[in-house]
Amino acid sequence: MDVTLRVWRQLDSASEGRFVTYEADDISSDASFLEMLDTVNERLNDQGEEPIAFDSDCREGICGTCGMMVNGHAHGPQSGTATCQLHMRKFEDGDTIVIEPWRAEAFTVIRDLVVDRSPFDKIIQAGGYISVNIGAAPDAHDTLVARPAAESSMDAASCIGCAACVAACPNSAANLFTAAKIAHLNLLPQGQPERYLRTVAMVETMEEYFGSCRNYGECEKACPKSISIDVIAWMNRDYVAAQWKNLRKQGQQ
Amino acid sequence: MTTEHTDIVLDAKIPDGPIQEMWDTYRFDTKLVNPSNRRKFDIIVVGTGLAGAGAAAALGEQGYNVKAFTYNDSSRRAHSIAAQGGINAAKNYPNDNDSIFRLFYDTVKGGDYRAREANVYRLAQVSNAIIDQTVAQGAPYAREYGGLLDNRSFGGAQVSRTFYARGQTGQQLLLTAYQALARQVAAGTVELFTRSEMLDVVLKDGRAVGIVTRDLITGEIASHSAHAVVLATGGYSNVYFLSTNAMNCNGTAIWRAYRKGALFANPSFTQIHPTAIPASDEFQSKLTLMSESLRNDGRIWVPKSADETRRPNEIPEEERDYYLERQYPAFGNLVPRDVASRAAMRAVQSGRGVGPLKNGVYLDFADAISRLGRKTIEERYGNLFEMYERITDENPYEVPMRIYPAPHYTMGGLWVDYNLETTIPGLFAAGEANFSDHGANRLGASALMQGLADGYFVLPATISSYLAKWLNKPVVATDDEAFVEVEREVRERIETFLSINGTHSVDYFHRKLGKVMIDECGMSRSREGLERALEEIAQIKRDFWSDLSVLGTNESMNQSLERAGRVADFLELGELMVRDALDREESCGGHFRVESATEEGEALRDDENFAFVSAWQWTDEESPPIRHKEPLTFAYVPLSQRSYK
Repeated sequence: MDVTLRVWRQLDSASEGRFVTYEADDISSDASFLEMLDTVNERLNDQGEEPIAFDSDCREGICGTCGMMVNGHAHGPQSGTATCQLHMRKFEDGDTIVIEPWRAEAFTVIRDLVVDRSPFDKIIQAGGYISVNIGAAPDAHDTLVARPAAESSMDAASCIGCAACVAACPNSAANLFTAAKIAHLNLLPQGQPERYLRTVAMVETMEEYFGSCRNYGECEKACPKSISIDVIAWMNRDYVAAQWKNLRKQGQQ
Repeated sequence: MTTEHTDIVLDAKIPDGPIQEMWDTYRFDTKLVNPSNRRKFDIIVVGTGLAGAGAAAALGEQGYNVKAFTYNDSSRRAHSIAAQGGINAAKNYPNDNDSIFRLFYDTVKGGDYRAREANVYRLAQVSNAIIDQTVAQGAPYAREYGGLLDNRSFGGAQVSRTFYARGQTGQQLLLTAYQALARQVAAGTVELFTRSEMLDVVLKDGRAVGIVTRDLITGEIASHSAHAVVLATGGYSNVYFLSTNAMNCNGTAIWRAYRKGALFANPSFTQIHPTAIPASDEFQSKLTLMSESLRNDGRIWVPKSADETRRPNEIPEEERDYYLERQYPAFGNLVPRDVASRAAMRAVQSGRGVGPLKNGVYLDFADAISRLGRKTIEERYGNLFEMYERITDENPYEVPMRIYPAPHYTMGGLWVDYNLETTIPGLFAAGEANFSDHGANRLGASALMQGLADGYFVLPATISSYLAKWLNKPVVATDDEAFVEVEREVRERIETFLSINGTHSVDYFHRKLGKVMIDECGMSRSREGLERALEEIAQIKRDFWSDLSVLGTNESMNQSLERAGRVADFLELGELMVRDALDREESCGGHFRVESATEEGEALRDDENFAFVSAWQWTDEESPPIRHKEPLTFAYVPLSQRSYK
């Protein structure tokens, strides 16, 4: 198949960017979207033009490294699918495809389609963990976890940290990402001792970098793991509860 | 720098006494660094996958100053994340006669008697603590309704000892280690460098004193010094170009260490995983794994006739060859990976392959779905089935999956002793980057186990024996001649890549190398083919260095430049793999020499002549490397020819 690409090219964070048009002819419909870009890049290299920079690693939809706006959709048109798992058979011969980096103030463009998502790490560093030193754990079966809780926790924990939720949000909010990690840990008995402290620390760090949630729901739609916005409601509940609770009395401050 | 070509005596430093007591004895006898002195030590950890993030977090918690490096944009990404099936431990929760000794026994036997017994026993011993630890850290493992942990069985074992989190166990365990690391970053014990690639290790007076890195955003070359350096940089399956490894996985860190004098053990021991999706066209960038856990419920078959043209569901039962169940009735579809892979290769070579390119075999869930119901299958493998459908456009609930073996894991790696220390003092290797635990074949669900064992428990216990010697001694300054010299070499190499101005991209050469490697040094190896491969690789290498095209500059993000360095090292590593495969004139585990086979075509090991670890020493560009031997003795698992019949 033949497609026309309009790709955002930008040398570095200090430079101006612009759209450049490339003809991608003779692409296999079985190729993945990123393999199509690989092919275009190889041809660009042969013609003496620097290849398009983009991030990708596992190409199995699990590492969260890849991600770009494809025709205005984070990760492209197929729901529940990361860019690396999108295949060219989802496009028509002759289509024009617009490819942009994640758009969000918190994410600086490093080059072309590559952005800096390090604010996500800052949110995790603020409290996205259970404080238990290595070697200090009790026997695994000392902790019983009700199966529905384990399943809901796992649903939230399947977040791959790709940042499509932020890119899709009109306000560039990171509530789905933050809430997914809070839900993963707060739903488990092991996560209870730090539950409220964690929630407050992560929410407040999130707000340093990202916009506010207005319940548009675009994040859930863009999420390649289809994580439900229910987690945002749970996060808000725990955040509000944390304001009312006396954390010192709870042993959490 | 000159490398001395003296004969090296490989001392594995295995503690005395019965194997059950070695680790306890070791931990009592080893030199310690007291808690208030730990902050005086700097440790560099390269790589933040399971082993690296685990080690960095554990060492930070102990109170050392840690600098952790990853080429990814975040330490939440590493190839560990892609492990699907699970993690083994000897908990014996299912009450089916499992024990530490059995896990040890299965791992040594599954590795086809080419692993070191002492290390494997320790791995089995710490396996239970990994489950305890990760549960406490919040890994959302699968649970039974009573709230206890669920287990499943896996290839190469007759017990259920695999813990899992849906088909995303690697993801959940990596995130657990990532979060432990994040906690240490926040606490200030670990300084994390992202998008920073190690390009060489720095030695002074024969010991490791630091590394030189390139910032992947700005191109800045920087030196970092420390009292000890840990390489946890994963495996080198991407030497094959098409593998299940993530795109960025590479062998540069361990290869640079090898060129500085660290011995490289068993480079030809690679695992070709039996259940990946077959390649569909020439543009394919990587192969996608379908978890081996699928073999628990899926039945593998090909048509009996090579002329079969019907759709799979239309082929009657009696015209199907369930070849694993037929050839290996005791283990059936759960034979170890190397056995399953070679059987698939033979089926395809016999002309009975399936799919448009006739390059796969069926993995059929029809029986399991009718026995257990679609819902149960969906719960167990839902995300894998979805992934399969996304890639192939076929629905595996209705049509059998097509699978074919793909390079997946490298058992070989830097030679390490019981301390996980390489032959360069102060340089340690953990996880897939070392060679020690899996012999010639790794059992399923053992990679996550080894990564976390090394990172969480082994390395944090052994590194003090080296550090204790350097108490109150400052690190070597980064303006020392040793660092300046390596930085200069690194810059020159980058300049060379950028100034060849040839006609072909990095991938062009990588694909060529991969083709030679999979054809001649993949599932089946022959003297003739390997000798041919040596010539072909030499030619590709010459072409690479004269006709490579890398555009752009060093001073901005330049992904072609990153890949150029990795592929340049793969060209040399591939050559060493071929040399090792040539040298080892026996078949064992994933290493199958056609000259060493039984009458039925099964692998034939030669314990009399090859019960040793091959440890290769770099000489120089002109001379071949030197092979040293670490003899292997089997005092606890009697040597026997593996049989899964």
